[in-house]
Amino acid sequence: MNTPILTVSELGVGFVQYAGGLRTRTVPGITGLDLEVREGEILAVLGASGSGKTLLAQAILGILPHNAHVTGEIRYRGERLTAARRRRTLGREISYIPQSVTNLDPLMPVGGQVRIGLDPKTAEQEQRRLFARYGLADEAARLYPFELSGGMLRRVLFATGVRDTVRLVIADEPTPGLHAEAVAEVLRHLRELAADGAAVLLITHDILSAVTVAERVAVMNGGRLVTVESASAFTGEGDGLGHPFARELWRALPQNRFSAGGVEWRW
Amino acid sequence: MNARRPAGAVPVMPRLILLRVLRLASLLAGVSVLAFVLVRNSPIDPIQAYIGADVDLTDEQLAKLRERWGLDRSPVEQYLAWAGTLLRGDFGTSTLYKAPVTDVMGARFGASLALMAVAWTLSGVLGYLLGAVAAMHRGRLADRVVSWYSYTLSATPAFWLGIVFLVVFSVWLGWFPVGLAGPQGVPAADVTFAQRLHHFVLPAITLSAVGVANIAMHTREKMTDVLNSDYVAFARARGETGAQIFKNHGFRNSVVPAVTLQFAYFAELFGGSVLAETVFSYPGLGSTLTEAALGGDVPLLLGIVLVSAVFVFTGNLIADVVNAAIDPRIRRRA
Repeated sequence: MNTPILTVSELGVGFVQYAGGLRTRTVPGITGLDLEVREGEILAVLGASGSGKTLLAQAILGILPHNAHVTGEIRYRGERLTAARRRRTLGREISYIPQSVTNLDPLMPVGGQVRIGLDPKTAEQEQRRLFARYGLADEAARLYPFELSGGMLRRVLFATGVRDTVRLVIADEPTPGLHAEAVAEVLRHLRELAADGAAVLLITHDILSAVTVAERVAVMNGGRLVTVESASAFTGEGDGLGHPFARELWRALPQNRFSAGGVEWRW
Repeated sequence: MNARRPAGAVPVMPRLILLRVLRLASLLAGVSVLAFVLVRNSPIDPIQAYIGADVDLTDEQLAKLRERWGLDRSPVEQYLAWAGTLLRGDFGTSTLYKAPVTDVMGARFGASLALMAVAWTLSGVLGYLLGAVAAMHRGRLADRVVSWYSYTLSATPAFWLGIVFLVVFSVWLGWFPVGLAGPQGVPAADVTFAQRLHHFVLPAITLSAVGVANIAMHTREKMTDVLNSDYVAFARARGETGAQIFKNHGFRNSVVPAVTLQFAYFAELFGGSVLAETVFSYPGLGSTLTEAALGGDVPLLLGIVLVSAVFVFTGNLIADVVNAAIDPRIRRRA
């Protein structure tokens, strides 16, 4: 099948804390995580808050807080993703679509923020093209984030992430708080990116968006990867789902069985 | 798209300035009333201050003088008479210098202005840079040095620092003169620029050193917030380097409080210059204010009070205008 773009093996993220005096202890964030995203594929990482899905994104991008301690290996197109390699690839080949509109600089016109990282010679033209692609008016480029609506800002965030050279897109919770139409729009944009050949890692806690847009769904809980299921298995009673936790999750949805679940999963 | 104005067109700005001018007028009215009331209730007798202590006048002569000066009229009449002449630009005659107050202030203000301008620029630029560097190296050596310096200097009164500088640099090391704006015994017109500069250095450094601390600490805090913000995290995730982050996001977002503070600092700068000039016997507006107060020179005292009110107000006004120019959100709100 397609070549793997991102390969994460045995990833561990811990936080060093002072536990009284000079003794330190490490609080685990992610433990022993393996996953792979391939060219043209959307992999959804599903999990509740605190399950470690945002840490996974931060670890890949190298933007974890200073007291974080990373073990294991992250490979991008077969090579280890080191600090030097990140410098060359972030913003060009690896792009991040963040969760919140507070990720935009409040004092910079949005057009300028989209132009960051583009070749200065063609940046202006490229930014116009991106604005047109995401249904933003040309004049909006000169406006500041506080002058645009939430939906427009989200489209601006998309525009910042889309580059001709992009091979891997990491989208962190791009849908919460949006109405159904806007969610559909965001998911459509992600599909387009994958159709252009990018590998997309979609981080979300919205099961329905995850299963409608992704090929495979990785379920996280308590900093571990529980299971990777095929998106098509999330249907009916979820009998096709391999792991009981995924089944519980699926059946707990109101439109399904709305079961309380309550099974504690231990490994 | 809604019909909001693009960022470039700001007819808001003239309105902002007009509002501030009205505010200045009301401020000056308030300050003049307050100063007038304070002086009237002070033990200073303008006639005594004018004629000097050693001249004996009969009660009849005194009463004539009082009548001639209008001191027998009601306070309100007196105030209105004074305010009326002020509005015509007449600040009266200094009793100490026997010259129009405006001339005395003009001559002194130049010397003070140079001192304050240098101290202000130095403390602003240096303070911002030190604060930014400290924030970018938070917890490391550079940060600790800057923080130590700032905390120490914030706790140091300007006049005391001036005395320390005098003791160290003028008395022990002999690098700089002990005071005044030029060598003693040389007419002001004959003092060379080099000599002026030589006398200028210590007071200027004293004033700057204290100002740096304030700006540095505020910038450090703001820059730390900026560096921990979502948009800087996003910038990192987009592969922007440290220098690019500073240029694209750090500078604009962190400079607003520094600018506000720096212009609002006009008040402290003036207060500091009063102390520094007194310590260094530097003939500026600050030391003249002290002289006028101690010598019972009411017209000069009131004149300097009003001028300093305008000076401080101007600082705040510039801060507002500059902030509005940097931050579009303020511009829209104004």
